[in-house]
Amino acid sequence: MTTLSHAPIAGSPRELARRFLSVPSAVIALSVFILFCILGFGAPWIAPQNPYDLRQVDILDSLMPPGSVSYTGLTYWLGTDGQGRDMLSAMLYGIRISLIVGLLSGVLALVFGTFVGLIAAYRRGWVDTLLMRIVDLQLSFPTILVALILLVILGRGVDKIIFALVVVQWAYFARTVRGVALVEGAREYVDAARGLRLGGMRILFLHILPNCLPTILVVATMQMAMAISLEATLSFLGLGLPPTRPSLGLLIANGFDYLQSGRYWISVLPGVVLLAIIISANVLGDRLRDILNPRL
Amino acid sequence: MTEFIIKRVLQAMIVLFVMTVLVFFGVNVIGNPVYIFASSECDQACLTKTIAELGLDRPLWEQYFVFLGNLLQGHLGNSFTHGIPALSLIFERLPATLELAFCALALALGIGLPLGVWAGLRPDTFISRCIMAFSMIAFSLPVFWIGLIMILTFSVQLGWMPAIGRGDTVEVFGADLSLLTPDGLHHLAMPAFTLSLIMMAIVIRLTRAGMREVIFADYIKFARANGIRERRILSTHVMKNLLIPIVTVLGMEFGGVIAFAVVVESIFSWPGVGKMLIDAIGVLDRPLIVAYLIFVVFMFVVLNLLVDILYSLLDPRVRLGGNQT
Repeated sequence: MTTLSHAPIAGSPRELARRFLSVPSAVIALSVFILFCILGFGAPWIAPQNPYDLRQVDILDSLMPPGSVSYTGLTYWLGTDGQGRDMLSAMLYGIRISLIVGLLSGVLALVFGTFVGLIAAYRRGWVDTLLMRIVDLQLSFPTILVALILLVILGRGVDKIIFALVVVQWAYFARTVRGVALVEGAREYVDAARGLRLGGMRILFLHILPNCLPTILVVATMQMAMAISLEATLSFLGLGLPPTRPSLGLLIANGFDYLQSGRYWISVLPGVVLLAIIISANVLGDRLRDILNPRL
Repeated sequence: MTEFIIKRVLQAMIVLFVMTVLVFFGVNVIGNPVYIFASSECDQACLTKTIAELGLDRPLWEQYFVFLGNLLQGHLGNSFTHGIPALSLIFERLPATLELAFCALALALGIGLPLGVWAGLRPDTFISRCIMAFSMIAFSLPVFWIGLIMILTFSVQLGWMPAIGRGDTVEVFGADLSLLTPDGLHHLAMPAFTLSLIMMAIVIRLTRAGMREVIFADYIKFARANGIRERRILSTHVMKNLLIPIVTVLGMEFGGVIAFAVVVESIFSWPGVGKMLIDAIGVLDRPLIVAYLIFVVFMFVVLNLLVDILYSLLDPRVRLGGNQT
């Protein structure tokens, strides 16, 4: 990581955007991702039913296949689950929770990890050694196991799973940012800024940090995909979110019990959506890396 | 070499010490430890006895050493649901997990290595692109989802594969193995393949990257100039240099396989330690949970230590180069 160097980024934001979208897969991935963001965040307005409102959910309508019509006249386009929830609505709300958890934990891990990485690169010496030892230690344990242990101790809840995801993710940001910041810190513009007697913190946050942003962006996209996948896995194991607020992972887990009896839609449909989100985020991350060219 | 090993062992012990402190305080801060180690049927007399046994009437730092002492003797309490010592329960279930993990490892290498070599030799062909796309998908998809689709396809729709359980086992050196019976193998195939996918993706990427690097090295050119046949170059000169990074990464990633075994075991109802943990969480069998945590931390520290030592044996630069962070 210490030999990390990247070519200066050529072109204006408009030029970068044009290059980013010059590949069909990137366009598709971006459209899919934006579509799910709109669907997820617009869920309260789009969804035919509020799946959290027990008055709107009828247990008698449980396990109906896609296209069934309830006696109140509501069509369940994607069927219903074991509790009689409309799958379409449950999935829209599920996308919402999965995205919120993924984005929020990604942003918090980014802020904390970037801060640690910058401090390590700036202070060098024993501070650097200590911080990087902690990062090494953190990264030597598999992410899923650490998150699992934390959630076993903390219990269920949106705040708890976000905390657990931040704990397992910050180290990636810290290590990458430190690597880039060390390279950037040795460049001429930093010497020039020092020559102007600018303060250390000012150089760090106003000069070095902006030049680390492309790399941070790439790591952030990848980590967000990972966070969504991890949250789904943990929820599937019954550890993440409370059953009253089903994310995509929990919906899949609920449907797993019905899979063997051929009621595929409860599990498979949320699974397909989860897949689409994760793959599109990964494709976006890959494309960003190609464009911004940090050697990760 | 001895100095290096002693240094790494000391470091590992420090990590273990820190981890036991964390687990101890985690257990103590999150709730009254009496209720963690005593079952819910415990009456007042039994509670007092447990408090005295655990030394909870003593100061906190002294309690920690009592905890540490109990730990070193393997006293982590009895499982609520099974009624036997938690640690022996873990060791009872461990062979199933290890069998699954090692089979996954073998599959990852057996399939990943040839695919990676192919993709490295002919990077621009259609097949190579497919291989790389496969590795990206295998790496980024959630393991539980892949397992689910496998069950849906091969067990529910086609009816070829059993969805749950371990099948027949044979006892080898006191541990039950599914690998050696036809029925066991039949049960093992899907979970092992599911578990191997992430590792396989890593092996493919590493092998391909290694191939691209090694192929252009001078010693390969000289081997060609010497008129050594292409097949021999590949099998000896290229392979030897390719394997060093793969072996070390696999060593490090083996921990990840054990971790993901928790997921795979609960999907396929494989009776290993991971399934046991999820069941224990479900019924709040706290001694078992604590025992699992400590066991897993211990295993990881030992595993990391072994990988470090192996790595320094394979590549002397690591121990001679000193601290490179």
